[in-house]
Amino acid sequence: MVADELTKNDVAPGTAAPLVELRGITKAYPGVLANDAVDLTVRSGSVHALLGENGAGKSTLVKVLFGLLQPDAGTISWQGRETRIVSPAEARRLGIGMVFQHFSLFESLTVLENIALGMAVDADAALASRIVEVSTRYGLPLDPDSAVHTLSVGIRQRIEICRCLLQEPALLIMDEPTSVLTPQEVGELFGTLRRLASEGTAILYISHKLDEIRDLCDEATILRGGKRVASADPGKQSANHLAALMMGDTLASDALASEPAATRGDISLGRREPEGRPEETTARLRLEAVSLAAGASQAIALHDVSLDVHGGEIVGIAGVAGNGQDELMRVIAGEVCLPRAEAVQLDGRGVAHRHAGLRRRLGLGVVPEERLGHAAVPSMTLTENGYLTGHHRRALGRGGFLFRGASRRFATEVIERFDVRCNGAESLAASLSGGNLQKFVVGREILQAPTVLVVAQPTWGVDVGAAVVIHKALRELADSGAAVLVISQDLDELMGLSDRIGAICAGRLSALHATASVGVREVGLLMGGGALAA
Amino acid sequence: MIRLERRAAPSRIMGWMAPLLALLATLIAGVLMFALLGVPVLEALQAFFIDPLSSHYGLAELGVKAAPLIMIGVALSIGFRAQVWNIGAEGQLIVGAIAGGSVALLFHEVDAWFVLPLMALGGILGGMAWAAVPALLRTRFNANEILTSLMLTYVAALLLSYLVSGPLRDPDGFNFPESRLFHDAALLPRWLSGTRLHVGFLIALAIAVAGWVLLTRTLLGFALQVNGAAPRAGAQTGFNQHRLIWFALMLGGGVAGLAGLFEVAGPIGQLLPSISPGYGFTAIIVAFLGRLHPIGVVFAALIMALSYLGGESAQISLNLPLAVTGVFQGLLLFFLLAADVLIGFRVVIGRTSLEPQ
Amino acid sequence: MSDTVLLTLLTVITAATPLVYAAIGELVVERSGVLNLGVEGMMLVGAVSGFATSYGTGSVALGIIAGCLAGAAMALIFAFLTLTLQSSQVATGLALTIFGIGMSALAGQSLVGVALGALPKLPIPYLSDIPFLGRLLFTHDALVYGSIGLVAIVSWFLARTRGGLLLRAVGDSPDAAHALGYPVVLVRYVATLFGGGCAGLAGAYLSMAYTPMWVENMSAGRGWIALALVVFAVWQPGRLLLGAYLFGAISILQLHGQALGLAVPSQLMSMLPYLVTIFVLVLISRDTGRIRRNAPASIGKPFHPTT
Repeated sequence: MVADELTKNDVAPGTAAPLVELRGITKAYPGVLANDAVDLTVRSGSVHALLGENGAGKSTLVKVLFGLLQPDAGTISWQGRETRIVSPAEARRLGIGMVFQHFSLFESLTVLENIALGMAVDADAALASRIVEVSTRYGLPLDPDSAVHTLSVGIRQRIEICRCLLQEPALLIMDEPTSVLTPQEVGELFGTLRRLASEGTAILYISHKLDEIRDLCDEATILRGGKRVASADPGKQSANHLAALMMGDTLASDALASEPAATRGDISLGRREPEGRPEETTARLRLEAVSLAAGASQAIALHDVSLDVHGGEIVGIAGVAGNGQDELMRVIAGEVCLPRAEAVQLDGRGVAHRHAGLRRRLGLGVVPEERLGHAAVPSMTLTENGYLTGHHRRALGRGGFLFRGASRRFATEVIERFDVRCNGAESLAASLSGGNLQKFVVGREILQAPTVLVVAQPTWGVDVGAAVVIHKALRELADSGAAVLVISQDLDELMGLSDRIGAICAGRLSALHATASVGVREVGLLMGGGALAA
Repeated sequence: MIRLERRAAPSRIMGWMAPLLALLATLIAGVLMFALLGVPVLEALQAFFIDPLSSHYGLAELGVKAAPLIMIGVALSIGFRAQVWNIGAEGQLIVGAIAGGSVALLFHEVDAWFVLPLMALGGILGGMAWAAVPALLRTRFNANEILTSLMLTYVAALLLSYLVSGPLRDPDGFNFPESRLFHDAALLPRWLSGTRLHVGFLIALAIAVAGWVLLTRTLLGFALQVNGAAPRAGAQTGFNQHRLIWFALMLGGGVAGLAGLFEVAGPIGQLLPSISPGYGFTAIIVAFLGRLHPIGVVFAALIMALSYLGGESAQISLNLPLAVTGVFQGLLLFFLLAADVLIGFRVVIGRTSLEPQ
Repeated sequence: MSDTVLLTLLTVITAATPLVYAAIGELVVERSGVLNLGVEGMMLVGAVSGFATSYGTGSVALGIIAGCLAGAAMALIFAFLTLTLQSSQVATGLALTIFGIGMSALAGQSLVGVALGALPKLPIPYLSDIPFLGRLLFTHDALVYGSIGLVAIVSWFLARTRGGLLLRAVGDSPDAAHALGYPVVLVRYVATLFGGGCAGLAGAYLSMAYTPMWVENMSAGRGWIALALVVFAVWQPGRLLLGAYLFGAISILQLHGQALGLAVPSQLMSMLPYLVTIFVLVLISRDTGRIRRNAPASIGKPFHPTT
């Protein structure tokens, strides 16, 4: 899929002695058994995938391996000898390096200072030159004196990787590394990883993205519901088979049944064939040359963004985090007002100068990216969180007073219609799992019958069951005549869900294209700021 | 090994138990303190807690001290819930007293029904004006309201001192730094005859009820709490953070100003350099002790009022310094903050929890 | 004439010194991500402890040490509540102030009106013989020299040592520091205790050198001004020194105003330091970009070590 000059590791997988073996690892939390007697074996020089959907136990297992958690039961053997890994420092001493999904970086410090802290050494000139040397050697060049807050997400990941590489690890663990990269950056990363493997480093690659794993990894261990359910050679298995193992047969086959012959790695609902030409009806949501300077709450400036979403269609905007999605959401939602009213139009009416409350009353529904703290108040109940936005379009209060009973009934309705697993309408938002809270938040907006719905990262960190529910709900809302805008980092999700697709890069929005007419490579181009031939 | 383990959900029981635990701990600490000071413990406890409540007059005095604490405590607790930290209530109280008291002095020869309401209006507006400064500085210039409101407290105290030594000094008063005594039309009517308890106490209770309704039954109260708990969540649904900050500070300032007016038109009866034993600061403790809930604030205010009276009574009968009251109040707040931990966490020794699962 | 100028400038320096100590301590605390609003309370406790110890033992050195320890002890209470028990930093800081005011008043009851000799001056040999500048800069008591030295040490520590880098990192992102295995809570404890010791020292200076006596509430808001100074300094030690001396000058103005024949009532002059504090705070705060870039990102937020 991605051309590169290095072949896969020279050491034939399966023949090298195991570098690390986990046997019977069990870890329980109140209410959930995160790991249930899991076995895992990784060999030197191999790229080993740890595969499973969100919530399967991958993160927990890896934290045990890296010394962040102590298992309740089970053993760890390193190079044949049984050991206890009591802390990350101990793990590093053994030769294990880990690149986390969420970076441990200090924004106000330089690259050099960050790496020095990560390695517990002095931030001196000798380290600086080592950084330059190692980072260039592996194709991820870094400038030691740049401050982290000025760097893009892709480069920040390089810092994390470089920090590990400087310690010459025998085992490198990568936790969902590609969720923040453009397709081109993914290719660069894979090149680096293959090179490392060819030098004998073992790589444990955690992901739920089947096509990447099939492309990169020699071995795979599959987790589901805390248990290890299978081992496989990803190159030799079909995506369908791996998906089935990952999700358990019934769910996978349901999801796959609707998929056409195209072999998209992740689960999707299949693309709709566009029926009429949506451009004939007036746009329900329109942005006209929206520009916004960077400022206190806007890290990325928006440049001349224009966009139309018509009733009945789902428009997707792809893009790696940090390219202006947050700012775009704020402008549409009304958290930021613009002087020219026509910059944002709902059903033809200029609203850019009016705040969020009015826009919601006119029929705008918004699902922000951050569930806790933005979409919902963590310390408040579901009833209160339902009232939070529901009071605009449902009769939950009058004359400044709120009606408790009506709010509770609304929240209960959302819970029932969207299968939200919780302890009733009075449970706190913070007590719900990510997937269930997301179902509640999306359901809350949809049950207000919005005419325009804008959603950011609808299924990020959400289990597949909930993702299916959410995608179905979005599709049904669009079918009923609403205009739906989805902003997401998950290309597969957008390819499967949207009728038209574009990408945002450095605050600029690309042209929109019919999803049926473009592939991942083309969208990747748009995400990088390029344009497609007309 | 003793550990703190996060609970799955905040414990409601602990929410109400924590103030009681804190009171108990403060009591024990107080006993220790008396012992260390060489004061007979039982007599000190009697002087502090029993004597003030043992007479009709004593109970009325409790109301006198509690009234400003209730009013300001309720207003502050609403603001604190919105994460608006009005620490300058003492200054707003002083300026309200100045404004309302000036109205009284202005009309000192007028004997009409409207003098008192006009004074009250003056008190409210004075307090609001003083709180408007931190509100403006926070919303326009992002300046921290804790520091600005606090600085203004010192300014207000100096202003009062200057005024009663100069422009507002009683011309027939032998050059003491105090204003004329307020005439009858400018004094708050007594509620219980033979005591100093005035209608301000009833108004304070009414404010507590109004505060409760605001917090639990209105969109505005909801918006304030959302702004405090998750400001972005409020922003995306149209709650205007600047307006909420203004409201919280205006509410605190207006109520504190009214409380100040009640003090000078009630128990004190004139303007003096010192008109408040730190009500504006004690109200902060009252707000926390009352769990930032208007009804809780009423109880907390009564307890704190008792601590003032107890301090005075202990000073008279046992020669204990008045500063003991301040120490008690500080200790109470410490123990409350410590006990609050048990709401979110449970204590675990070794592997066994101290509580049934 | 030059004698009056000299005397004026000398009083500026002595007025600024307690602010320097209190503010540099709080700067270190805030760089670690902790907001301790209890500076006023710690200063008062330090003041009464220093005075009482010095009066009781006759030793100036013991008095200074007692002041530091008292401030640190108060800070320990704060640290335990906020860092171990995870209580609200704002509420706990306020509690510390209220408690400190009360505690110091209680402890100082018997000391009101007692006279104590001021700290001896320590002229630096040869340098102090320089006309004018010699008396101005090199004829001070130990604590004044110490304050300048402390700022220099803190500045070097933050910029050039591994410990300073760790402190800055903890203030930037305690979660990241914790993930890397650093003892975030311990670092913050040390920083908080240092801040307490400095505040206590500032208080001891007030009661032993500035006005050698004890009066209830004698810090008169300097602790709060110190907090504003840290913001004014944008958390940089060098700027902090500048700010402290500016404030020292302003607070002195009121005393000298009358000597200079200004017909402004003393209370209004006394308002100046507080009004200027507000003004300066506004000036700095409105540059939100600057604040965002320089303020320790985690300040005031509780740190819950998540595994």
